[in-house]
Amino acid sequence: MIRLEIPIPEARIRELKVGDTVLLSGIVVTARDAGHKLMVEERPHFLDDLLREGVIYHCGPVVKKEGERWSFVAAGPTTSAREEPYQAKVIESYGVRGVIGKGGMGPATLEACRRFGAVYFHAVGGCGTSIAQSVREVVAVHKLEEFGTPEAFWVTRVVDFPVIVTMDAHGNSVHETVRAASKKVYDELMKG
Amino acid sequence: MSERLVEQLYAFIRSASTELPSDVEAALREAHRREPPGTSAADTFAAILDNVAMARKNGTPICQDTGSMVFYVHHPVGLDTLAFRKAIEAAAERATKAFLLRPNAVHPLTGKNSGTNLGVNAPYVTFKAWEKDEVRVKLMLKGGGSENVGTQYKLPDATLGAGRDLKGIRKCVIDAVFKAQGMGCAPGVIGVGIGGDRATSYLLSKEQFFRRLGSANEDPALDTFEKELHADLNRLGIGPMGFGGLTTVLDVFAGWQHRHPATFYVSVSYMCWACRRKEMTIRNGEAFHDPA
Repeated sequence: MIRLEIPIPEARIRELKVGDTVLLSGIVVTARDAGHKLMVEERPHFLDDLLREGVIYHCGPVVKKEGERWSFVAAGPTTSAREEPYQAKVIESYGVRGVIGKGGMGPATLEACRRFGAVYFHAVGGCGTSIAQSVREVVAVHKLEEFGTPEAFWVTRVVDFPVIVTMDAHGNSVHETVRAASKKVYDELMKG
Repeated sequence: MSERLVEQLYAFIRSASTELPSDVEAALREAHRREPPGTSAADTFAAILDNVAMARKNGTPICQDTGSMVFYVHHPVGLDTLAFRKAIEAAAERATKAFLLRPNAVHPLTGKNSGTNLGVNAPYVTFKAWEKDEVRVKLMLKGGGSENVGTQYKLPDATLGAGRDLKGIRKCVIDAVFKAQGMGCAPGVIGVGIGGDRATSYLLSKEQFFRRLGSANEDPALDTFEKELHADLNRLGIGPMGFGGLTTVLDVFAGWQHRHPATFYVSVSYMCWACRRKEMTIRNGEAFHDPA
């Protein structure tokens, strides 16, 4: 088990390999469909400091508000594939070192990970309640009114957030390996 | 609108969001037992089972995507369905305020989230009158990630080499599960709708999710079809979350309905491992939940 503090220097990210289990601590920013579209099309600057060597989390949480204080009630990952058209540009332009999500991403993101020094961290989909335990504090929220709860940028402080590296900075992807192996069985099953 | 009914429906929604049905949990436990210790697959099942237990204990949502609410209400002739729908809406709004549901109703053109889970066709409710003197309510919470990997085929399909028969239907399902990989939160439950038009075919595929895992199809030919297909799909080796593993699907259920001579639709719906569904009967004003 590897422990990493965010922000993560490039050298540390390049040491990671697919299959590594990691506990992340530090600032993590949630962003999903509306957020990625905005980051690419309008390139806002309010996230620059948080995302440089930082981590994005594909997540639309259930959030509780008590007085002025927000907290996460359930916060597992959402399907990352929807951000494939945007992710490579976001990694490049913000200097992101890690993307947390589920289901993996495609060739453009994998190439951006290799070129700019980033990895894809896989969290266990559906584990809303247990993952919320690692989100210790909601530091800020952006675009809540405009995007709604699931799509807003939630700036959080996490402690020991459990993930597995499934795409590394060396061009390796567990998702590609599993797809290729399942394709062989698929071809056999589809005969006849 | 009766406050008692709203309270009953609220408790029903709360249970659906926070308590995984016991048959689904048992299937996940069995899948965990099969994976060699120390693999990503085994660790993933362990994390899933921990989360299921924690959600039940804390009374918090199993998954933050509390899905779209799909209700079926069977009712005696003469029930005021408008009032019943209002009660469902009130319960859904209350459950959203209590953080049991994430606000999931978004206007597709403005992008505005209603914030309450209420909107056009949200929740989606189907009323059916029946002869019994009691109301039967079924609910599934259908996640969006798994909904996105559902797909529909039109037979014959030359690309798949699939004709208008069970062999052709089988190929559609294998193709859909292969393409889904881990993206629908594998291992999922697969619902297959055979026949009908485009709309009813998808509906039928989703109605299959109310079956208990491991239950037999009442049609013997389809029962054999389901069991063989279940084994074949697990050979794909996609495993939990697409990490590779021995369990790619938890079960496969197929239903049929008559079709137009010109059409032959096969719809494949995917329910994530967090297969949240719940049924209750309301008799003389009192609600009885089915055993979980």
